[in-house]
Amino acid sequence: MNFQDLFYYFFNIRVFIDTLPDLLQGLVVTIEIAALSLILGFVLGLILAVIRVAVKRPRNLLIIRLLNIPIALYVDVLRSIPPLVILIVVYYALPYIGMLIPRFWSAVLTFVVILSAFSEEIFRAGIEAIDRGQIEAARSLGLSYIKTMSYVVIPQAFRIALPPMTSRMIAITKDVSLASVIGVADVLKKARAAQAFLANPTPLFSAALLFTILFLPLVRLSMYLEKKLAE
Amino acid sequence: MEALIHNFFNVEIMYKAKYLLWLGFKVTLQLSFVSLIFAILVGLLLAFVRSFRNRFINVLIIIYVDLFRALPTIILFMLVYFAWPYFGISLPRYWSAVVALTINGAAYFEEIFRAGIEAIDEGQREAARALGLSFPQTMFSVVLPQAIVVVLPPATSNSLELIKTTVLASVIALPELMKQAQQAHGFFANPTPLIAAALIFLAFLWPLVRLVGVLERKYKQA
Amino acid sequence: MDRPLLEIKDLHKYFGKIEVLKGINMEIQRQTVICLLGPSGGGKSTLLRCINRLEEPTSGRIFIDGEEITAHKVDLNRMRSEIGMVFQHFNLFRHLTALENCTLALLRVLKMKKDEAREKAMEMLKQVNLTDKANNKPSQLSGGQQQRVAIARALAMDPKLMLFDEPTSALDPELIGEVLDTMIKLAEKGMTMIVVTHEMGFARKAASWACMLDQGVILEENHPDKLFSSPSHPRTKEFLSKIL
Repeated sequence: MNFQDLFYYFFNIRVFIDTLPDLLQGLVVTIEIAALSLILGFVLGLILAVIRVAVKRPRNLLIIRLLNIPIALYVDVLRSIPPLVILIVVYYALPYIGMLIPRFWSAVLTFVVILSAFSEEIFRAGIEAIDRGQIEAARSLGLSYIKTMSYVVIPQAFRIALPPMTSRMIAITKDVSLASVIGVADVLKKARAAQAFLANPTPLFSAALLFTILFLPLVRLSMYLEKKLAE
Repeated sequence: MEALIHNFFNVEIMYKAKYLLWLGFKVTLQLSFVSLIFAILVGLLLAFVRSFRNRFINVLIIIYVDLFRALPTIILFMLVYFAWPYFGISLPRYWSAVVALTINGAAYFEEIFRAGIEAIDEGQREAARALGLSFPQTMFSVVLPQAIVVVLPPATSNSLELIKTTVLASVIALPELMKQAQQAHGFFANPTPLIAAALIFLAFLWPLVRLVGVLERKYKQA
Repeated sequence: MDRPLLEIKDLHKYFGKIEVLKGINMEIQRQTVICLLGPSGGGKSTLLRCINRLEEPTSGRIFIDGEEITAHKVDLNRMRSEIGMVFQHFNLFRHLTALENCTLALLRVLKMKKDEAREKAMEMLKQVNLTDKANNKPSQLSGGQQQRVAIARALAMDPKLMLFDEPTSALDPELIGEVLDTMIKLAEKGMTMIVVTHEMGFARKAASWACMLDQGVILEENHPDKLFSSPSHPRTKEFLSKIL
């Protein structure tokens, strides 16, 4: 195969230009799923972490402290099972027990719960890393438990959580293209369709290019944040 | 509740599908093992080469690492599988999967190993050189043993991620566990095999998740 | 009405099976400065931390200005806001500036308005001579400065009582003086203070009363001068001879 052929097949400008609008439409869908998943997953994870830390306090009754277990199970299960498996179960298996969720929302649901599991662990680690002295000082000033968490603990935990959170959020965003497997009209699905239709793999490369352009700065940004907050 | 058991935990279907699932599980296991070894070796090699600090080579490595950490793995799978035929090479699915997993995994492992190597104080290396140890000897006897401690938690975590990523091979129709479960689901019109596959993944990955937690706590870098 | 500001009645504290406080009884009048002295592990810090219930007493009762803080249904947050505490390791909120450290509780607990809180906080920082560091974060301050900010933070709440838990133990020697000076100024202004410390000089100078605590019991208490010059209990003598 010579150079010309290479360009014809893989980097076909004509095909690239023709398929670009279609791919960009798909990109919008990808970004929608990603944005929803990141925001909801982040918030849910934070809430779970706070609940988990709050119920573990020794002054609580044992029954309340046991509430920690369901969350722990949820988190462990969702971090163990591969995302694609969860996605397929949500979209193909749930309908059998009456839960019919449209593709787009199946994808969002999947990524929200997965991110929430990882975020819970990350935030909880951040919160537990805050030394007791900070909490004691806040309590001795008369701040309630909730206010202590809100104004003293969580703001500091955020700084600790930020680097692992950014890399995890980037990882989830990359996983969003899995949604194409259940038929969501994202970039990848459009690329594959175009490729099959035109018998030319350039669309795949275009999709790859789009993702690279999108993610490279994000990856660099997260590395930068990690370095900066390590000080 | 009835529906739940019939559809998700159907013992009869489970029994009928178990051979398929077992085949799939074996493939997943093999794929994980082989890809992991290659990915670690390549990652280690790249990190090692990078420690020589050759400007030009380092730029190449950085481009490689950045590129394949940014590119979603599923696209990589497809590129590897669908692109090769156009070159006249037809890689069987299994090896396409291995290649894709290795390329992706090695990028992450390189970063992990590099952090490990760099974490070892410059002073250690100087002391070793002053004692007369050559560069390779320094690396093997002084730097690497210490680097392993730094490297173990993220490396285990990344290995876990790689094993989870083998599922993507189902997208190029490799008969790993997920694919077989999907086949069984289609054949028996009952999603129990899907649930079974999920539970199998849970069973063998959960201990790894816990292990990563233990390692991260044990080797906590303040 | 000469009700004591702090009353401790038969306070016992167990950590598991170990009894750390074995029946402490104390009465502290307003505007007095009490020093708690004694060997490590004797229970001094534990006693101090029981007063604002950072440690939960196992049994016994504690009254702040007539109100029982150990009662079942007590507004603990409110009572704590009336007691100031200064910690050995300062415990300044790392993500906030010196000024914000002082205003946080004013805003969130006392529900002051922003400008009121700011004014009050600046006034406190002025008292500890740190107005120029108001916008600095703790990481930019020396140990002595951090501790002074911690004192300002506690003072800003206008507490009835100030508790000091080895305030200078974590400081480099050359920084101890500035903190002790601040504390002496406070004492002169009439603040009721309970100080756990090893700084005998401070005890001599500022304290009106000194308590020797060892193995969970008050061995003896007296005016600092008398305690230091003529201790009666053998273990007090032993301890003082090691320190003085």
